[in-house]
Amino acid sequence: MRVLRSSVVAAVSAVAALTAVSGCAEKSDTEGSDAIKVTASDDACEVSKTSFPAGHVKLAVKNKGDKVTEVYVYAPGDRIVTERENIGPGTKVEIAAEIKAGSYEIACKPGMKGDGIRQKVTATGGGAPKKRDPELDKAVAEYRKYVLAQAEETIPAAQKFVDAVKKDDLDEAKKLYAPSRVGWERTEPVAESFGDIDPKVDVREDGLEKGQKWTGWHKLEKSLWDAKKITEDDKKLADQLMADLKDWQKRVGTADITPTSMANGAKELLDEVATGKVTGEEERYSHTDLVDFHANVEGAEKSYELLKPVAAKNDAALTKELDKQFAALKKLLDEYREGDGFKSYDTDTVGKDDRKKLSDAVNALAEPLSKLAAAVAK
Amino acid sequence: MPEETTAETTAETTAKSGAAPSRRSLLGWGGAGLALGAVAAGGTAAALRTGGDAQPAALSGDAVPFHGTHQAGIATAVQDRLHFAAFDVTTGDRAALIALLKEWTAAAALMTAGHEVGEGTAGTQPEAPPDDTGEALGLKPSRLTLTFGIGPGLFEKDGKDRFGLKSRRPKALIDLPVFPGDNLDAARSGGDLCVQACADDPQVAVHAIRNLARIGMGKVAIRWSQLGFGKTSSTTPDAQTPRNMLGFKDGTRNISGTDTEALARHVWVGEKDGPEWMVDGSYLVARRIRMHIETWDRTSLKEQEDIFGRDKVEGAPQGKQRERDEPNLKAMLPDAHVRLAHPDSNGGATILRRGYSFTDGTDGLGRLDAGLFFLAYQRDVRDGFVPVQTRLSRSDALNEYIQHVGSAVFAVPPGVRDKGDWWGKALFS
Repeated sequence: MRVLRSSVVAAVSAVAALTAVSGCAEKSDTEGSDAIKVTASDDACEVSKTSFPAGHVKLAVKNKGDKVTEVYVYAPGDRIVTERENIGPGTKVEIAAEIKAGSYEIACKPGMKGDGIRQKVTATGGGAPKKRDPELDKAVAEYRKYVLAQAEETIPAAQKFVDAVKKDDLDEAKKLYAPSRVGWERTEPVAESFGDIDPKVDVREDGLEKGQKWTGWHKLEKSLWDAKKITEDDKKLADQLMADLKDWQKRVGTADITPTSMANGAKELLDEVATGKVTGEEERYSHTDLVDFHANVEGAEKSYELLKPVAAKNDAALTKELDKQFAALKKLLDEYREGDGFKSYDTDTVGKDDRKKLSDAVNALAEPLSKLAAAVAK
Repeated sequence: MPEETTAETTAETTAKSGAAPSRRSLLGWGGAGLALGAVAAGGTAAALRTGGDAQPAALSGDAVPFHGTHQAGIATAVQDRLHFAAFDVTTGDRAALIALLKEWTAAAALMTAGHEVGEGTAGTQPEAPPDDTGEALGLKPSRLTLTFGIGPGLFEKDGKDRFGLKSRRPKALIDLPVFPGDNLDAARSGGDLCVQACADDPQVAVHAIRNLARIGMGKVAIRWSQLGFGKTSSTTPDAQTPRNMLGFKDGTRNISGTDTEALARHVWVGEKDGPEWMVDGSYLVARRIRMHIETWDRTSLKEQEDIFGRDKVEGAPQGKQRERDEPNLKAMLPDAHVRLAHPDSNGGATILRRGYSFTDGTDGLGRLDAGLFFLAYQRDVRDGFVPVQTRLSRSDALNEYIQHVGSAVFAVPPGVRDKGDWWGKALFS
C-alpha cells in the first residue's frame, strides 16, 4: 500500500497539526475573532462569511438544533479537508484547518447522516491550487461513496458471521466467513490505509509482530477450519472484530483519496492477488481465496471505470487494453464459480496449471494497470 | 555482414545516444566494435585469432551488432552467461502478436547495443513505473545477444491452427521423439516462442529477459526459464575449451563460429531446405540435463575417463596425448560418450553446441540440482540432434549419471536485416 500509505502519513500529520491547533484555539475567545461562525440547526447551516483568506482558517461551530450534528469542509470532489463529528445539541466547538485558495463547501449533517446541508465558500489569495479536471473530481467523489458503501454493507454481513461464531455454529460461521470479507477486500488499499485497523482485522499469523495478539478474521478462520472448534476467546475476538470494523466504517470517509491513489489502489489490489491469493497464502485454512480474488478485481475495476473517461482521453490504447484484460480475467474467474461463491482454492480443485493461467491473467492486467496513474495525471 | 547494415547500425546508435543515456557511450565505442561485429558475423576473424586463450578482455564489454544475415547468439563467440526463456503465447489475436514481436525487436536492438528500453529508467512521468527496470544501468553491453525462436505450438496447438500459420511449419521443426530414459517435466519443456539471452554479465542477460517478459505480458507468458553459467562449449577455436559440471572439457570439436563452410553445411538453413522464411536461420534443441553429481563424484577417475573416452585433465582422446589430437574411436569403450557422440558414429551428424552449466541450488534431498543446459543449433533437427541422441540415449555409459528432464525445439529465423525488419516478419508476411 505504498502510495496510499504515504498520503495517509500526510493526512495523519495534518490531523495531528489540526488537533494541536484546535487544542489551543478552544481556550481562546472565539466571539468576535476572525473565525468563520457556523450556526448549525436541524434544517439549516448558516455561515458568517462565504469568502475568507486562504491559510490558517478557524470555524466556530454552534449546534442550535436538537440533533447531534457534524461539520465538514469539502474540497471539490468531496475531498474532506477537515471534519468534526459528534457535535451535541447546544454545544460549541472550534475546528481549524490549513485551507489553500480555491472553492470549498461547508456541510452540516444533522443526525450525522447523508450529504448534509451545504454552503459554497471561497478561500481567496495565496497560490491558486492546481486546476484539476472536474471529471477527476467526480471520479474521486464517486469512489469515496463506493468506499463508504462497501464499509456500510460489510457491517451487517460481518455481524451475521460474528453472531454465528458466538452461537457456536461452526458450519454457519464457515459459510458466512468469506462473504463477510468482500467489502473489505474490494476496498483494501483504502481500508489498509488506516494503519491501526488493518493489523487488527486482517493480519495473518505469520504477519504478527513479537508480542502482538492475533485478532481478526484469519484467527477465526484458523479456529473454524483448522482447530474445527470455537473457543470462548474466539467469541471475544468476534466482538472485537465487529468493534474494529465499525471503527473502520466510521473513519473510512476521511481517507485521503486522489485520482492517483485510486489508480494505484487498483494496481495494488491486483498486487494483493498476485502475491497472496494466487499462491493460496491468504486463506490457507478456508481456501476461500477466490472470493477475495474476485472482490479485489471488482474493487480495482470500480476505480478503473471511474477514472476511465479521463484516462481514455489521454491514452486510448491503454484503456482499450485494460478493458480487454479486465474482461479476460473476469471470464477466467467465472470458470471457478460455484453457487453464490467460488470453488475452494485447494490444489485438487485448482491445480498448478490453473494457477499459472490465473497468475498470467493477473500479470496481463496488472502490467497495463500500473500505467493508469500516469494516464490520469497527464 | 554487409557493409550497409553495419553502417546503419552505427548511424542508429549515434542518433540514439543523443536521445538517451547509453551504456555503450561509457566505453568510447568506436572501430573496435565494428571489427567485433564482423567477427561475430563470420567475416574478418583477425581480432579473435590473435587472442590467446580467451576473448580479449578489452572486447568483453562491447556490443555485438543486432542486425545481420543470421541472428547473433548462434555463431557468435560464446559469452559467459545465459538466461534462456520459453514463452507461451496467451493471446489469440494475430495483430497483437505481431505488434509484440515488433516491440520486442525494437527493445532487443536497444538492449543489445547497451541502451535502456523505451524511455528508460528515468524520463517517464513520476506517476508511471519506468519503462526500463534499471538493473543494467551503468553496465556495459557485455556482448549481449538475444536470439529468438519459434516453437511448434505457434503453428498448431491442441489441433488448432491459431494464427493461420499451420501450413508454414517447417518440416525440419519436428516434435522430438521420446528417447529412452527421458524424464521430462512439462513445466520445463516446450514453449511457443523462446529468447536466448547470452552475455558476459549475468545481470545484463537477466535484465534483457525480464524486460522482454514485461513487455509481453498479456500477449505472452513465461512458461519456464533457465539461468546458465560457465559456458560448456566454445565457438572460438583458440579459446580454452570450457569444462562441464562433471569436470570434463566439453566441445573440443565444436563447430567454429568463424568456419563459414561448416556453418553453411551444418547450421544455417539453405535455400533448397525451405521454407523460404527460414533461409539463413537454424533449428534449436534445448534440453535440461540433470547430472547426478554426488554419485559421479564417487566414481573412480578411471571409470570417469572411460565413460567419456577422454582424460580428465588434458582432455586428450584415449590413447592420445593432446586435447586436439585426432581421436581414435576404436580405442574407446563401445559405450564411451565421445565415441557415440562423434559424427563418425552418426553418419556425419554435426551440431553446433552452445550449452551452459546450471545449478538451481539443491533439490530438497541435499543433492545439488545441477547439470547441463544443452543448446544445439543445426540445419535440420532430423539430421542433427535426433540421430545423435537416439544413439546416446540407448547406449551412452554416461546415462547412469545424467537424466534429460526438460526439452524444447524451436525454429530460429534468420537475422533481423534492418530497422524495418522484425522477429518473425517473413513468417507472418
